[in-house]
Amino acid sequence: MKRWTLAAVLAILATVPLWVSGTFYVNIASQILLYAIFALGVNVLAGYAGLVSLGHAGLFGIAAYTAAKILGAGGGHVTVAAAALATTVVVSAAFAVLALRGTGLGFVMITVALGQIVWGVAYRWIGLTNGDNGISIVARPSPFGLALATPRSFYWATFVVFLVAIASMAAFVGSPFGAAVRGTRDQPRRMTALGYNVWMIRFVAFLFSGFWSGVAGLLYLYYNQFVSPQAVALTASAEALLMVISGGTGTLLGPIVGAALVVVIKNVASAYIERWNFVLGAIFVGIVVFMPEGLVPGTVRVWRRGRGR
Amino acid sequence: MSLWLLLAVNSVTLGGLLFLLSVGFSLIFGLMKIPNLAHGSFFMLGAYLSTTLIARGVDFWTAAIVSGLGVAVFGGVVERFILRRLPGAELAQVLVTLGLSFMVADVCLMVWTGDPIRIDTPAALRGATSLMGRGFPTYRLAISLIALIFAAGLWALLERTRLGAMIRAGVDDPAMARVVGIRVSRLFTMVFCLGAWLAGFAGVIGGPILSVYPGLDGEMLPLALVVVILGGSGSLLGSLVGSFIVGFLYNFGQAMFPELAYVVLFLPMLIVLVVRPQGLFGRQAV
Repeated sequence: MKRWTLAAVLAILATVPLWVSGTFYVNIASQILLYAIFALGVNVLAGYAGLVSLGHAGLFGIAAYTAAKILGAGGGHVTVAAAALATTVVVSAAFAVLALRGTGLGFVMITVALGQIVWGVAYRWIGLTNGDNGISIVARPSPFGLALATPRSFYWATFVVFLVAIASMAAFVGSPFGAAVRGTRDQPRRMTALGYNVWMIRFVAFLFSGFWSGVAGLLYLYYNQFVSPQAVALTASAEALLMVISGGTGTLLGPIVGAALVVVIKNVASAYIERWNFVLGAIFVGIVVFMPEGLVPGTVRVWRRGRGR
Repeated sequence: MSLWLLLAVNSVTLGGLLFLLSVGFSLIFGLMKIPNLAHGSFFMLGAYLSTTLIARGVDFWTAAIVSGLGVAVFGGVVERFILRRLPGAELAQVLVTLGLSFMVADVCLMVWTGDPIRIDTPAALRGATSLMGRGFPTYRLAISLIALIFAAGLWALLERTRLGAMIRAGVDDPAMARVVGIRVSRLFTMVFCLGAWLAGFAGVIGGPILSVYPGLDGEMLPLALVVVILGGSGSLLGSLVGSFIVGFLYNFGQAMFPELAYVVLFLPMLIVLVVRPQGLFGRQAV
């Protein structure tokens, strides 16, 4: 039953460009997928490891900026992707070493500060990042001779990456390592007593999380063909976290639903009102106060209660 | 006046403002374990409120105190009706305060528009005061003095009064404080309002130097975070020392490495985290 549902959902997602008319909507679908990948990455830490990061837009942005710089210097797309992801993982390691000096609130504050450093570099170090004007790239890549210039082909490429991301998340959650990560979230002291290296488990989870944030950042650059400090701002980290929380932390599907929700609201809301930030803030407050466990589990709860169970 | 001396005076001034801002954050964080990411918004909201009051002809200092009160009331409402429902839920508190800061920023943009607003320096404090044969900008000296007076006042409050003893007990061990009959929940509201008032007040008196503009909240919040990480949460002395360190780093960093000012600002924080994660004057790891 569950397997069939999953297959049906994937089939619907795979064929989106065929039955959705208009490039606008196909582009929104691409955005949803790329932000879903980002949210899945953030969820590894926020959901499974219990470490709330407000600096992940920094990692997302580092991948995008590195790729843009190397492309600008005339690098090939394979080099670009490899270098951008490698840089992101190295920076993630540095972030992790620092942020894991604290847990809980200490972790949150350190990641805020780290994210702001990246923002500061992106915004102020004009020689490197072109400051507020951002960096544009000329074209999307064409892997295996498939041009990604059209919205449809870009959607499918993003979809393939998305499938890999989901598969890796499913493997992660089901693996003994995934169980160990959840163990460090719920009972760090007991895990230590059982002989697990809690720090190392969190560190590896951070790298895994950073890697997928980097992948999303790379897709973001190719999607927009542009990156600016806005992509690394605290608001961007907060949005990613909102996706995770609104969908439901520590679930596989939650971040995807959350990403869809945020991207759709953002596009719809910004078409009608200027006050996107107000809406975003109000959703934060509303979700936390009324549906603290997230939309997916929250809706299930409300639905069950409605059916009188 | 030489450039270096000017930078030093500016650093002390910014340090004073940061102290007023971060001491509230630090107390709230130390006592209630709430990371109030709306603290920068309190600062900005205070400044914006005062521009309206001053435009209606209210005197600068009255406006500063009243705007602070407005922010304190707002903070009290937030604490009482939202944060109170989320005890110990760190993630939820982070999200709510962040969400509130977005809402405040957007409302400010709606009400006071996107143009920067200058707050005029109070007439009595314009110009320069000569001190040891050199001229110093009077208003900047006044801010530093106000910060020191508040530091002394807060020290006396925390160390020399019954209320202060109760707050310290709450910081050290809230459960035990409850058991011995301290109404910790009322303390929470009081400290939150006090912190909000200080932030709002700092926003107003910082107005003549920084002016008020959208994004001021996001610029001040990281500075306050750095101060608290540097100095250690819940420590008055930590806030004071941390504020002046950050004040100096920010001004000198901006003068010497304008493109890397932000990085210069965060480096000492990173060093402190690696060497002494609880902060210079913190007692335990956060």
